[in-house]
Amino acid sequence: MRTGPARIALWAFSALVGLWLIAPTLVVIPLSFTDKASLVFPPSGWSTRWYANFFSDPRWLDALFSSLQVGALVAVVATVLGTAAAIALTRSGSRWVKGSYGLLLAPMIVPTVVVAIGVYALFLQYNLLGTLLGFVTAHTVLALPFVIIPVTASLRGFDRRLEDAALICGATRWGAIRQVTLPQIAPGVVSGALFAFVTSFDEVVVSLFIQSPYLQTLPVKMFASVTRDTDPTIAAAATLIIVFTTVLVLAATFTTARRNRVR
Amino acid sequence: MSAETSLIKARGARIELAQVRKEYADSVAVDDVSLVIEPGEFMTLLGPSGSGKTTTLNIIAGFTAATSGTLTVGGKQMQDLPPHRRDIGMVFQHYALFPHMTVAENVAFPLKQRKVPKARRAEMVEAALETVRLGGYGHRRPRELSGGQQQRVALARAVVYEPSVLLMDEPLGALDKKLRESLQLEIKRVHQEVGSTFVFVTHDQEEALVLSDRIAVFNDGGIQQVGTASELYEKPRSLFVAEFLGESSTVRGRVEPDGDGSCLRVGDRTVRVAGRLPEGSAAAVVVRPEHLRAQPAAEPVAPGANALPARVTQEIYLGSGRKLELALPDGTVLLAREQADRLSGVRHGDEVTVVWDVERGVLLDDPSGTTHPPVSGDRTPVAAAEKSGR
Repeated sequence: MRTGPARIALWAFSALVGLWLIAPTLVVIPLSFTDKASLVFPPSGWSTRWYANFFSDPRWLDALFSSLQVGALVAVVATVLGTAAAIALTRSGSRWVKGSYGLLLAPMIVPTVVVAIGVYALFLQYNLLGTLLGFVTAHTVLALPFVIIPVTASLRGFDRRLEDAALICGATRWGAIRQVTLPQIAPGVVSGALFAFVTSFDEVVVSLFIQSPYLQTLPVKMFASVTRDTDPTIAAAATLIIVFTTVLVLAATFTTARRNRVR
Repeated sequence: MSAETSLIKARGARIELAQVRKEYADSVAVDDVSLVIEPGEFMTLLGPSGSGKTTTLNIIAGFTAATSGTLTVGGKQMQDLPPHRRDIGMVFQHYALFPHMTVAENVAFPLKQRKVPKARRAEMVEAALETVRLGGYGHRRPRELSGGQQQRVALARAVVYEPSVLLMDEPLGALDKKLRESLQLEIKRVHQEVGSTFVFVTHDQEEALVLSDRIAVFNDGGIQQVGTASELYEKPRSLFVAEFLGESSTVRGRVEPDGDGSCLRVGDRTVRVAGRLPEGSAAAVVVRPEHLRAQPAAEPVAPGANALPARVTQEIYLGSGRKLELALPDGTVLLAREQADRLSGVRHGDEVTVVWDVERGVLLDDPSGTTHPPVSGDRTPVAAAEKSGR
């Protein structure tokens, strides 16, 4: 292996960028284990009382439960809709395909606050603010691109002739998709579902607009908490979110990587 | 194969295509194709790529909807029937085996769709695998098998439910020559065993000759000629068929009248042909290489034979004999084949006379020659031996 000054400089630079990216995390995790009732860094002593506080306070638990519930529903709805859309978009010869694709991916590009204001105005009119249906609907729109992209990638590597073969063997169109297409694109679908869940689970902006005192997701509760009482429970909650989403994203990445190895 | 499966041996269905046409936005893929395929027949659709043969096959399978025309299989109208209700089997060029299933699961797939009971399914799968000589391979994954084995699994999957029609879309195209030849024999044997009507698509004329009961030659979206291999080889009805099937030597010219037949003016010579075409029309006479002889220029020509001067430009040793390339003065190259036991003495570079019996020449219309205005008595331009439509 070559070791020159250029290489050392590159390593140093990369390490610096890496540090910059994970620095907030490195602050939050120690903070969650502080023994003081304030967010002072570095902590002067260690304890797990803020975790105990998190798991004993019904308001935090409600928020966690809401987030898990919304996330799970969004994962299901967005995966079903996104997979169906991806199949349709890769199959259709229509000239609207490009436009539809752009439209479905738009939530990734349009500033979230713009989406949030639009959603707020609409939900206000239809009484959807602070409802489970409202949260799932809004988050599904935001999560769709994260399903469509990996599923479309999987479908590009899928040989259409396999589906034709299933049809001529006597499978109905749905039977062919269920027995042949879906098992083949499963890694893309699974990683789409995980990303959809994560997208919903740590969504803040739209959630802030459509929340109500009766239905708050975890990030909303954290935001409220940091502005009212600067209590280190929020650091414990943040650490839990970090661990949880990291595990899910790693899982999604590995399912895709394994698929690429198999092919 | 168990006694039971051979008892319910599938009977082939008759396939009738009438004026089938498939248009795309900017092209016509299939242009008025009418074809009757008899029950149990092995029919090959042969043609260069883009000639409409694969589209025709996809119309029979139901993957492509014809723009107009009718299709019946076993007397039943097929136009509005989706592929899964057509009782047709198909083998694809790139096998199209389901990679997430074992070999046995692949072969069982059509049976599962037909709700065949599980115990019976296992029996039929094993019988089908025996038919393609892959007994005992059931637990393997397709990717663990060689290309030839995978294609045999695909064949087993297509015959296991004993469909009345089996379609094959260039199934041997991805395999090397040796394997192709052994699988050709395998396919022929399976055809005889299952008795279904086989429709086989290929661009390989040799393969078509080996396998088929009859061959339909496609070009430019239409059928040029349908017939047995020997009919097509010996009595081609168009220059395209003559040149696409087997090797041929083509001499182009213009028709002149004669007492008891036709004469073709070729450069400053005339050759006699059996058959008639309108005077002045551009025509070609096609002779198979085994009927052409090259003899030393000094030797006298036998009566009743055509003769043209030429030079030997290539000598190719074939083991069973040799092939000579003979160039006419205008540059046209003719092929002559000689058996090992009757080689002529001519060598590379010799001036020779090309000789053939009049009745061995097939007179055909030359569509590529019609653009030239007929100028009687003048030297007729003779096009190089290009293959029209390729």
